[in-house]
This record gives sequence, C-alpha cells and structure tokens, in this order.
Amino acid sequence: MDLKKLNDYTWEIPKSGEMRVPTVIYASSKIIEGVKRDRTLQQARNVACLPGIQKTAYVMPDAHQGYGFPIGGVAAFDLDTGIISPGGVGYDINCGVRLLKSEYMEKDIHEKRKQLLAEIFNEVPAGVGKGGITRLSRNVLLEVCTRGAEWAVDNGYGTREDLKRTEEYGRMKEADPSHLSNRAMERGIPQLGTLGAGNHFLEIQKVSQIFDEEVAGVFGIHSVDQILVMIHCGSRGLGHQVASDFIRLMEDQIGSRGLPDRELINAPVRSKLGQMYYQSMSAAVNYAFTNRQMIAHWVRNVFRKIMGSSEGMDQVYDVCHNVAKIEKHTIDGKSLDVCVHRKGATRSFGPGREEIPEVYRSVGQPIFIPGSMGTASYILVGTAEAEKMSFGSTAHGAGRLMSRHEALRRFRGEQIKRDLENKGIELQATGWKGVAEEASQAYKDVDDVVKVSHNVGIGRLVAKVVPVGVMKG
Amino acid sequence: MERYRFLDHTADAKFQAFGNTLEEAFSNAALATASLMWDWERIEKKVELQVEVQGRDLKQLLCSFLEEIVYLLDSRSFLLGVPERVRLDKKGGLFTLKALFKGDEYSEKYEIHGDVKAITYDEMEIVEGDRFMVQVVVDI
Repeated sequence: MDLKKLNDYTWEIPKSGEMRVPTVIYASSKIIEGVKRDRTLQQARNVACLPGIQKTAYVMPDAHQGYGFPIGGVAAFDLDTGIISPGGVGYDINCGVRLLKSEYMEKDIHEKRKQLLAEIFNEVPAGVGKGGITRLSRNVLLEVCTRGAEWAVDNGYGTREDLKRTEEYGRMKEADPSHLSNRAMERGIPQLGTLGAGNHFLEIQKVSQIFDEEVAGVFGIHSVDQILVMIHCGSRGLGHQVASDFIRLMEDQIGSRGLPDRELINAPVRSKLGQMYYQSMSAAVNYAFTNRQMIAHWVRNVFRKIMGSSEGMDQVYDVCHNVAKIEKHTIDGKSLDVCVHRKGATRSFGPGREEIPEVYRSVGQPIFIPGSMGTASYILVGTAEAEKMSFGSTAHGAGRLMSRHEALRRFRGEQIKRDLENKGIELQATGWKGVAEEASQAYKDVDDVVKVSHNVGIGRLVAKVVPVGVMKG
Repeated sequence: MERYRFLDHTADAKFQAFGNTLEEAFSNAALATASLMWDWERIEKKVELQVEVQGRDLKQLLCSFLEEIVYLLDSRSFLLGVPERVRLDKKGGLFTLKALFKGDEYSEKYEIHGDVKAITYDEMEIVEGDRFMVQVVVDI
C-alpha cells in the first residue's frame, strides 16, 4: 500500500482504486510503525471507499485495528448520498469519559484515600454478573433513553449545572427508543448506573503538570496536586445489543455484498433503516450519559461522607468516544451538514462552536484522553485547526499494544497491585485476572499519542494528571 | 481432542474451536466465549435454559448462538457451564440451532473476570471437513 509521509506527524494513503477520498493518518514515526503491523491502514482505506464519504478518511494517533472501521477512525458522510454504519461507531456506543474537579489537594485526602476508594468501590456497582442497584421498569428505561442525563438530574442524581457541561447537554434529541429490541431493553434494565469491566475504570487523580494555565483555569483546574475524579464507561449491554441488532437488520435488509468486510455493513443516512439506527444509537448515547451522571452523583456522596463535603466538585465536562452525529463542517469552502462517525475518537471543537457550553466557548471544548491503568491521563482543549484537519476530532486513549492473553501470561494481578502501591496508587478491582489483562505495559504510551495531537494541532495539551486511586470494574 | 485455542489478537480475543461435527465445534466455541468471562468448568449445572437461534448463513448463526451467552448473562445473570443437545437444522435457506444451556445463576462464589461486548464477523471462519473448525474474534 502506498503510504506517503507528508510531514513529521502526517501520513497519507493517496486516493487510488475504489477509494473515493484519500486517507490521512496522524502519527509519529514510532506510532506509524505500530499501525503498519495490524490491519488499521487497510481498514481506513476501506472506509475511504464508502458511498458519500467527504474530503478524507482520518485516522487518529491512537489508532489500532477494529471491526470494519479502525479504532481511532473519523469519517464524515453526505446526508443525501452517504451512509451510516454501526461499525463506524463501535459496539460500545458512547463509551466516554466524565471528569469532576474538586477543591481538595492531594495532602487533604492522603490519609483517607484508601477509605475513599473502598467506599467508591462499595457505592458504584461494577455490575459484572449482577445488575446495578436499581431495578427499572420498562417505562423508566424508555425515559432514560429519551431524556438521558436530564432524567438522572430530575431524579436526584447531580445538578442542572452538570448538564450544561456535558456533550450534547447530556441528551441527544434525536433519540427514539421505540426501535430498541426486547433484548436491548432486557440487557439495559439491570445495568443502569454500572461501570462495567474490561478497560472501564474510575480514578481519583491529582494534577501533575499544567501546560496551559489560562485554559486550565477556565476548566476549573488551577493547581498541581489538585484532586480530580475521572469516570470511564459506556452504554453497557444495551449499546452492544443496539450495534449487534442493526448489523443484523442491515445484513438482512440490505446485504453486505460488494463490501470488502462484513463489519462495514451500512445503510443510507436518510433511509428508514439508517434513521432507525441513528435514533436507536442516540438512545444508547443517552443511556450512557445517564450512567455517568449517576456514577458521578455517587462519587460526590462518597466525598461528602468521608471528607465531610463535596463542595466545589463541579463537572469539568463529559465527552463521547464512540458516536455518530450530524454536524456542520466546511467542505470545499461550503458549510455542509454531514454525518460524522467517531470510533475511538474525541470531538475536538475549537473556540466559537455553538455546540460547546458557553463557559468554554471562548477557549474550546475540554477533551479527556485516559491512559492505561495506573499511568497518566491528559486534559486537552479543542482547536479550530481540528475542524479543518479531522472534522473536529482527536485521539481517545492509549490503545492496546499487547493481547489480553499475552498480558495474562506475563503479568500477575497481585504483583501489579503491589507495584502500583509502591508508586502510591491504590487499586480496587473485582478480580485479579482483569487487572493483569489491563496492565499498563500492554498499552501504547499515551504520552506519545497526546504529543502527536498537540504538535499536529488537532487537540492542544492543557494538563497532565496521574492516578491516586483506581477502581477497575 | 482440544476444544478450543486462543490466538494472538492485540485488542480483543480471537479463538478457534474444534469438533468432529459442526455442532460440536459450535458448542466448543460457546465454551471458549464463556471462558473469556468465567471459568465454565467451575459452574454448577443447576439451571437449564432452552436456546434457539436462527441465521441466514452459518456465520450469522454462529454469531447469534454466541451472542446468546452474553445476553443471558446480562439479562438473567446466567453463567453457562455446558451446552448440551446442540442440534443444527436447515429449512428453506434458514439455519436453526437449538441447544440446552446448563449452568448457574451468578453468585459471589463465582468470579467474572472479563466483559464480552459483542461477537463479530471479523476474521470469522467456518471450515468444514473431517474435523470442523470455527474461528471467531470477540470484542472485549
């Protein structure tokens, strides 16, 4: 495959064969070598062949092989001639990250950090094998999927202020849960308000470095050692079922003939099935926002109980990592509504975009890029360049380097816990095996990923944070 | 005979399951899928559930069959110990698979060590011959 280096951080697969547009990959020389080893580039090339794709198929610096679309893939499709694809969003719809700030410093919680983490572990259900704390009725689930985090706030979880600081204000209005299958509902009912397992986690963090004081200040982050809480989870079984259901419906009604990969199955954006998927995906997005809203509420409760107060524990923001949305972008000098797919990518809107809450509109939206278990995570800010270079998108995480099986062969969960404790990081997990699978050595270096984002200009560094306590589902 | 074998896959899990019949290979694929979440050998066989799935081709059938394990975990806290009486039929272009799932309801005595998000078609293979092999990549 023809891969051209355009500059230190930009690579291109020029348009050829059935490609309708070129593919651009943002990566360092080190990252691109990793990317070449799996099927990421072939998958990105396949995306560039899909009907109605606009401008360029983009690949973010944390890319790795996914299903159909690569993880870290961003593509925009024309609303009249283009498609929408469950494989372009991923199975974990609105897997995302919420960040709470606090006015506590590390020294304030140091003596109580074990207790804080143990209590969080008690209060926040991992929901693995058994459901969350609430048994919902179907009608309530429908309301959750329709109203998202608004439902949670109306039911005592968090504040209106949280909604203002959530992507889409915590609710995609296009959501229509009436197309959800019984199976999706049955999986969603017991799991609302649960963290889940795998790479999902909840961390008590402290700020270790501030790169941009002005922007950090706007986000409410002002001091090294300031305590933050990061929540990383998604739409659980409900979202996974929506993806599986629509892959099947699209196969049965449209078929995957002519597609280079069965997971690239899609429907025209404006078709009935395309709209049904979009509305159902939006319902799953709302479910995930509600999940994080409830978990954030429980975290505040724990701080109130253990520390005496949760004053100042405001939400910084909540971002989606797996989603498709209708957004306005400038293409060939014209402003167009397009269907942007971000699969393992974060929206990165710069100053002025009306989708950003007023408090952040002058600086750009907050972006959170979690590292692997026990390593640093980063806070970035969206840029105007990103809108020109990646449909307003950047990376979403570290990306795996080693298979879970390999990690299990090499690491022991108990040893990882001891190593973390030696570094001053507490760990609470539902099992040792999951801890070994998520060993930080099994992941790419998130530092490299954010460096590319910053240097290429699709998301600029604001602050670096490191964990104090980790809850792994 | 080896029931299943995991192959290297960076982000997710990839396995091959074997059998003297297609039913046996499907059945072992179910155990491989369960092994990503719990130790199926340790699950008591207290609960029995009749499972029936359909597919327009064998890949869709396999996908639906394995999804059933995840669905039953999420919706009924059911942990699969062993699939029995696996029967595959084809009628008018539609494949049907019936099986009896034996296992137990989740309780504290069991450890769930992983999450399966979905069964994918990625690199899926179904090889028929003297010995049957199915290959599956699971999103975890």
